[in-house]
Amino acid sequence: MTHLIALIDGSVYSHSVCDHAAWIAQRADASIDLMHVLGRRQGSGENADFSGNLKLGARSALLQELADLDEQKAKLALKHGRLLLAEAKEQLESQGIAEVGTKLRHGDLIEAITEFEKDTNLIIVGKRGEAADFAKMHLGSNLERVVRAATKPIMVTSRAFKPIEKFVIAFDGGPSVMKAIDHIAQSKVFKGLSCLLLAAGDMNRERQQTLDDAVAILQNAGINTESAVEKGDPETVIKTRIEKDGYDLLVMGAYGHSRIRNLIIGSTTTEMVRSCHVPVMLFR
Amino acid sequence: MNTDFLPKLRAEWLGNIRGDVLSAMVVALALIPEAIAFSIIAGVDPKVGLYASFSIAVITAIFGGRPGMISAATAATAVLMGSLVREYGLDYLLAATVLAGVLQMLAGLLRLGNLMKFVSKSVMTGFVNALAILIFMAQLPELTNVPWVTYVMVAGGLAIIYLFPRLTKVVPSPLVAIVVLTTISLFITADFHTVGDMGKLPDAFPSFMIPNVPFNLETLLIILPYSVGVAAVGLLESLMTASIVDDLTDTPSNRIRECYGQGIANFFTGFIGGMAGCAMIGQSVINVKSGGRGRLSTFLAGIFLLILIVVLGDLVRIIPMAALVAIMIMVSIGTFSWSSIKNLKTHPRSSSIVMLSTVVVVVATHNLAIGVLVGVLLSGIFFAWKISQIFRIRSEISTDGATRTYHVEGQIFFASAEKFTLAFDFKEALDKVVIDVSRAHIWDISSVSALDMVVLKFRREGAEVELIGLNDASETIVDKLAIHDKPGAFERLMGH
Repeated sequence: MTHLIALIDGSVYSHSVCDHAAWIAQRADASIDLMHVLGRRQGSGENADFSGNLKLGARSALLQELADLDEQKAKLALKHGRLLLAEAKEQLESQGIAEVGTKLRHGDLIEAITEFEKDTNLIIVGKRGEAADFAKMHLGSNLERVVRAATKPIMVTSRAFKPIEKFVIAFDGGPSVMKAIDHIAQSKVFKGLSCLLLAAGDMNRERQQTLDDAVAILQNAGINTESAVEKGDPETVIKTRIEKDGYDLLVMGAYGHSRIRNLIIGSTTTEMVRSCHVPVMLFR
Repeated sequence: MNTDFLPKLRAEWLGNIRGDVLSAMVVALALIPEAIAFSIIAGVDPKVGLYASFSIAVITAIFGGRPGMISAATAATAVLMGSLVREYGLDYLLAATVLAGVLQMLAGLLRLGNLMKFVSKSVMTGFVNALAILIFMAQLPELTNVPWVTYVMVAGGLAIIYLFPRLTKVVPSPLVAIVVLTTISLFITADFHTVGDMGKLPDAFPSFMIPNVPFNLETLLIILPYSVGVAAVGLLESLMTASIVDDLTDTPSNRIRECYGQGIANFFTGFIGGMAGCAMIGQSVINVKSGGRGRLSTFLAGIFLLILIVVLGDLVRIIPMAALVAIMIMVSIGTFSWSSIKNLKTHPRSSSIVMLSTVVVVVATHNLAIGVLVGVLLSGIFFAWKISQIFRIRSEISTDGATRTYHVEGQIFFASAEKFTLAFDFKEALDKVVIDVSRAHIWDISSVSALDMVVLKFRREGAEVELIGLNDASETIVDKLAIHDKPGAFERLMGH
C-alpha cells in the first residue's frame, strides 16, 4: 500500500499540498498522513523586563513566569495545529480519500520526518511556509533541510493545484534521475500521463543511449514518453520549455553536489524549485 | 557534513537579536560591580577583573556549551586567589589562571562534566546559598569602619534597586542607583570610597602579555593548588549555572563543551592580564529575565562592558563604592535560595544536613569545591544508609526442628553487612542450615565475606550449610555489572 506524508502549516501552500496529496492518493490508492510539526518554542525576549534586579526567590519566580508564558504559547500552538489538521483532513475526505491520518508533533521538523519516513513512499511539502518572505522569492527555510534530510522522494508543491497531465523529467543521466525513472515506471500515479525526457547540453553516443533506454522503460510502463535534447544550460532550458509548452510537473534528481559547492555557487536544485512555477518532484 | 550545523549556529547566535542586544546592556552593567568588587577581594586592581570579565564573556560566548549563560570574573574563583596574590604577586595569579584553563580543558577531554550527576539537589542548594553568603561577606569590608553616610547610601541604593522597577521596567534599576548615588556623592563631602580609590582602572584595550614568572617546577608547585581549586570551583559553578539556565529556558546545554569553553576562556584571559572566572548565577538569571537567550547576549555583554570601562573610565572612577555594595547585596539576595530555609522543616533531615554542611564548609574554607566535595560525600553516605534499610531476613524451621531455612531479601553491601551477620541465630542447635539468597542482591566484597563468615560460623557449630541462589545474587557485584549490555540483564538483576 502506498503511503504519503503531507506536511502542512498555516500557509497558503497547505491547501495545495492537500490537493496534490489527494490527486496522488486517488490515482495510486494511497493512504495519507497529514503532519504538522510545532517547532521548538524559541525562547524569545518578549518579556520586556530590563529592571536588572534580583528579588527574593528571583529564580523560582522567573521560572514560574517563563513556564507560564511557554504554556500559554504551547496551548495556542496546539489548538492552532489541531485546527489546521482537522481542516486539512476534512478537505481530503471531501475529495473522497478514505484513509487520512493526522500527526501533531513537537520538536524539530527534521526529527519528525526522520522518525516517520521509513514507512512512507512520498513526502509532500509546500515551496514556502508560514514564515517565508515572498518579496524576496526565498524558498521556505525548512524546505532545503527537509530535502537534504529525507531519504524518500519529495514533492514540492507550487501555490495552486492543477491536475497533472504532462510532466518533464530533467534528464542528466545521473543516478538520482535514473532512480526517479524507475520509481515513475513502477508507480500507478503516472500511468496514462505524457512525459518529456529533457536533456540539456551536448549529447554523446553514450548519453543518447541512456536517454533512449529511459524512454523505453517509461513507454513500457504505459507512459506516453518522448525525449528532447536542447542546447544551453539546464536551468534556463528546462524553465523555458516548461513555460512554453505548459507542463504541469518537473521531476529531477536533488542536490548532487556538496554543501560547500552549493554555498559558493548556489544549488541547481534550489534554483529550479524557486524559478519554475510548477510542482517539483525530487529524488535523491 | 552535519546537515544541521549551520542552521543551529545561526539560531544560537542570531535567533533572538533584539532580546539579546537589550539584555546584554543590562548584564554589562551588572558585571561591573562584581568584577570590581572581586578584584578587590583577590587583592588586585579593578582592571584585572574588568579585563577578565570582558575576555571570559566573549570567549565563552563562542566556545561555551550553554548559550545565554553569562561568565566573567566571579566571587567563587576570586576568594580562592587572595592569598596567592598577597604572597607572590599578580603575575603568579595570571599564571595560575592560564593553568586553571588548561586543567579545565583537560576536564573536558576526560568528560568530567558528566560527573555532575553525582551532585544532588541538596548540594546544589547548599552551593548557591554558600555562594550568596560569600558574596555578601565580601561586601563587609566596605561596611565596617565607614562613615554613617555610607550606610545611608547603601540603603538608598537598595531602595532604588527594588522600588524603581515599580515605576518602569525599561531602565535597569541598578543603573539608576549608580547614577543617583554618584550624583549625590558629588555634593557631599564625607570620607567615603569611590571606585577610583580601589586601584587602577583600565585606560586602554587589553593587550597580550606573558605572565612574568620563572618557568620552572617551583612555580608550578606554587600555582598548582590554586589552579586546581579554581578549575574545580569554576567548572562546578558553571555547570550548576548551566543547569539553572537549562531549567529556566527549557533548552539543553552541552556540559563537555562548557568545560572546554571555560578552559579556553581562562587560558586566554591569563594572557591579557585578567584573573580566572566562571559562570555567574545572578547575572545569568538577570540575562534570562531581561530576554537574553542566545550566544549574542553573552558576547555583547562582554563587548559593552569593555566599551563602558574604556570610554567611560573617568565616570566609573567617581562611582561611590556604596552603590556597588548595594548592587552586590542585591546579587547576593537574588542568588540565595530562600525557599531552602522554609524547606528545612519539610525536607528529609538527611538532605537538610547535606545542604547545611555544604554551606558551613564553604563559609569556613572559602572554597566552594571543598564544600561540594563534603556535600557529595555526605549524600553518598546517606544514600548508602537508606539503601541498607531495604533488607530483611525471614526464617522457618522444619517440622523435625533440625533444619532452619533463612530467606535473605534486599540489598547486602558494606553498610548492611553487619546487620546481615547479626540476623542469624548461631546459638540455635541445628543439623542443617539452608540460606536462600536468591532474592538478595550481593553488591560487593564486604557482603561476600560476611556471607562466608556466616557459613563458617554455622559450620563451627556443627551444622551443615547449604547456600541457594548464590550465583544469581552475586551477579550484582558492581564490577560484574558489564552484563548490563546483554539482553535481559536488567530482568535478571531485578527478578530474583
